[in-house]
Amino acid sequence: MTARVGVVTFPGSLDDHDARRAVRLAGGLPVPLWHADADLRGVDAVVLPGGFSYGDYLRCGAIARFAPVMTELIPAARAGLPVLGICNGFQVLCEAHLLPGALTRNAGLRFVTRDIQIRVENAQTSWTSQYAAGQELTVVLKSGEGAYVADEATLADLAARGQVLVRYAGGNPNGSASDIAGVVNEAGNVAGLMPHPEHAVDALTGPSADGLGFFTSVLRAVVAA
Amino acid sequence: MSTDVAAQARAGQQAVPQDTVSVAAATPDRSQPYAALGLTAAEYRKIAELLGRRPTDAELAIYSVMWSEHCSYKSSRRHLRQFAEKAPPTDALLAGIGDNAGVVDIGQGYAVTFKIESHNHPSYVEPFQGAATGVGGIVRDILAMGARPVAVMDALRFGPADAPDTRRVLPGVVGGISFYGNCLGLPNIGGELAFDPCYAGNPLINALCVGVLRHADLKRAVATGTGNQVILFGSRTGPDGIGGASVLASASFGASASTGGRGEGAKRPSVQVGDPFMEKLLVECCLELYAADLVVGIQDLGAAGVACATTELAAGGKSGMTVRLDAVPLRDASLGPAEILMSESQERMMAIVTPADASRFLAICARWEVPAMVIGEVTDTGRLEMTWHGERVVDIPPGTAADDGPVYDRPARRPDGQDALAADDPARLARPSGPARGTGLRATLLALLAAPDAADKTWVTEQYDRYVRGDTVLAMPHDAGVIRVDEATGLGVALATDGNGRYCLLDPYAGTQLALAEAYRNVAATGARPLAVTNCLNFGSPEDPAVMWQFTEAVRGLADGCLALGVPVTGGNVSFYNQTGADAIQPTPVIGVLGVHDDVRRRLSSAFGQSEASLMLLGETRTELGGSLWARVQHGHLGGRPPAVDLAAEQALAQVLVTAAGRGLLAAAHDLSDGGLGAALAESCLAGGVGATVTLPGDDFTFLFSESASRALVAVVPGREASFTTLCAEAGVPAATIGTTGGSTLEVAGSFSVSLEELGRAHRGTLPALFG
Repeated sequence: MTARVGVVTFPGSLDDHDARRAVRLAGGLPVPLWHADADLRGVDAVVLPGGFSYGDYLRCGAIARFAPVMTELIPAARAGLPVLGICNGFQVLCEAHLLPGALTRNAGLRFVTRDIQIRVENAQTSWTSQYAAGQELTVVLKSGEGAYVADEATLADLAARGQVLVRYAGGNPNGSASDIAGVVNEAGNVAGLMPHPEHAVDALTGPSADGLGFFTSVLRAVVAA
Repeated sequence: MSTDVAAQARAGQQAVPQDTVSVAAATPDRSQPYAALGLTAAEYRKIAELLGRRPTDAELAIYSVMWSEHCSYKSSRRHLRQFAEKAPPTDALLAGIGDNAGVVDIGQGYAVTFKIESHNHPSYVEPFQGAATGVGGIVRDILAMGARPVAVMDALRFGPADAPDTRRVLPGVVGGISFYGNCLGLPNIGGELAFDPCYAGNPLINALCVGVLRHADLKRAVATGTGNQVILFGSRTGPDGIGGASVLASASFGASASTGGRGEGAKRPSVQVGDPFMEKLLVECCLELYAADLVVGIQDLGAAGVACATTELAAGGKSGMTVRLDAVPLRDASLGPAEILMSESQERMMAIVTPADASRFLAICARWEVPAMVIGEVTDTGRLEMTWHGERVVDIPPGTAADDGPVYDRPARRPDGQDALAADDPARLARPSGPARGTGLRATLLALLAAPDAADKTWVTEQYDRYVRGDTVLAMPHDAGVIRVDEATGLGVALATDGNGRYCLLDPYAGTQLALAEAYRNVAATGARPLAVTNCLNFGSPEDPAVMWQFTEAVRGLADGCLALGVPVTGGNVSFYNQTGADAIQPTPVIGVLGVHDDVRRRLSSAFGQSEASLMLLGETRTELGGSLWARVQHGHLGGRPPAVDLAAEQALAQVLVTAAGRGLLAAAHDLSDGGLGAALAESCLAGGVGATVTLPGDDFTFLFSESASRALVAVVPGREASFTTLCAEAGVPAATIGTTGGSTLEVAGSFSVSLEELGRAHRGTLPALFG
């Protein structure tokens, strides 16, 4: 059975095309999901892709969280469906309170596109099992509001419970608290990443193929479940 | 702008009767503000002659924008004909000059459309929105051809890098491009960044877009089929940018472009405001409409808005059209017919749709939450007729506005100082010499690499998304941007833009050919076969005979060059009036060349990525320093002759690069241009993080800094040196082995050595130090 991974398209989603390609290259079947349909089409996992949903008007991700598709996605995620939010998708997951914290403007106040190193901190989640803890990956960062923030207590909890998924290694590009580049919920099925693994699935078009592991990880998790 | 017409139109809604066709016929002597709208008395008389009466206010609005320099090309048109007259024989062109953008066959059933356009004047008035809407406008041009836009590039020129006003304009422009392009989801794959005092009041913001389509998907801007519906869709129409085409890009720019509040006769912003989110929806919506085959004809709304789209569609279809201007969805209910016609509100398109398909068309727009409205119908009358609440306010033959604008043969005269400029040879300038010669050459190289024109551009390019859509194979800082078109076969395209105002000032004919040759060489350096050309011709006032001479020489040079290289001009854009007072910018034609990769996996980058590769210098190096980066940076000098043009040598070099890339003989290739071999070596070392040791085959100063054209630096795959040398010999391309890659320094034997760390500091520090 080929795992079916849904990729949601909101108005203003941009990297949905890339996320579907990454799912395909990892060996899964990408399933397009439409924001206005409260229907997950029976998928085994969901990616909320990067972009500027609703033009980032009001606040990044703040409008997308109310989309009809989210009314299905939020309870499914709480019930264990693997969900990965990348960049704008991460912002949507924070706005939907599926993940703690928030993303704010980069410390330099400018959009930053850069090939960066991240370090896998927790390799026992639905999205990182194909990596080893401590492994460093080269992926793409491209965001204007990528600085992760949370209060001190939340940051301490995240560290204590293994909810820091990945950290920036070799320099913090945007002022994120504790160098956090991605977090995961306590159950390990809902993950948010500010960098883009889907842009690092082929050395021809990205800085490496290091990002493919996030997608192969979830395929394995789905088959095992 | 201060449009009395606009004020009258607004007032007219309340009290004064609308200026209808019958009112116009009955009041032949009423005075009209044609001069404030940028028309001359003779042009105004010609309109009256064409119509057999004075125009209505709404008709005057149409003619004023359609006959503006920006829309009508009235000063350039007779010269631009050369691009067609001298076009090289080609069967690659599916659509050409006159369409929204040229369309080129790249094989496997795919076609590519690309075009570059200026947004110079708006970007000086309001850098952020001016540059943002420049991106939006060119993207809609590409979309209107039936293509999916796949990448953008920007050629930017500013005043001195350290001037206070540059710190206002440059960050705003870059921020605007970043905001719009990133939010729209198009990778930005390259372009140019240059500085010169001549651009201080006249920055050049040239935006290029490239799109991909299947041959069968090609769309045309034609209104055909009597009874077909005219649908306006996208953003609602507002009061922004009214008269932008006639005011901003006209001689009266300085006097009229101020902004102000609302109210009777108030001046309004002539720069439009962009909404990239709506543009993204519009792109996806259009592509779905095309896929469902619901579009008979389509036109984007850019300069001159509804006036331009309706007249061009009707003229293109050799048909007529009725339009209900009161049906246009508005953001500001107080707008009158003349304002609606001239508004340059962004993110709008106009389509011609059969009555049977109209409801499906509107349903797709609704799915993408794009406002859409049927505002008229195609007729067979040959007249463009518009009504405002039932009253006829426009009744014209559309071709008179779209095609029959005035054509001027402006006087051109070679400037008096041209000979003196050519005689001021840089040979007299001091060069490093004596015992400290090596140290001097080293310092010169570091100074050139740190000069704002040649410095690392990461500060700018890092603000652009180059990865979105996942098909970017090469982007800055490489010689050309490369985009994959077909994932299965690896078919792709390469694009480069180049311009050099210094060369063009010294000799506009040769300088334009050098810009063409450099873009052609840049594309070939990635291994792509150059195929077609677009251009953005940035000049001062055409009313100045010296500027007109520069323009005619540049056009002649480009047409002759394209013929010699066998690459047709597919379209382009002219931007005049880039001048402050009597001071025109340097003539700055920016040339874009498109090439094809049969398989992008064979592309070459400019980075030295491996050690122990032989370095070879291709082409002939002469002492050519006129207009060079060295003369400018080290001596503030601009004079003499630009490098000699040899287009046959250029073609042979490109053939070698393309063939070698296809056969896998090369590890890297970098074209030689500004800063010569010295700059190229340093850039390739820094891009790949691998050093090099070279022994120069002659005078080291000349070999390092001369800017002779038709040259490239290549790193040969170890073991393939003999094959490559044979290839060069067969093509008649001079090739000299000058060293090898490796280590962490750039060493010029017998002269100097410099660590990559020090080179990098010089190269990368400049823009962050200037712009924060």
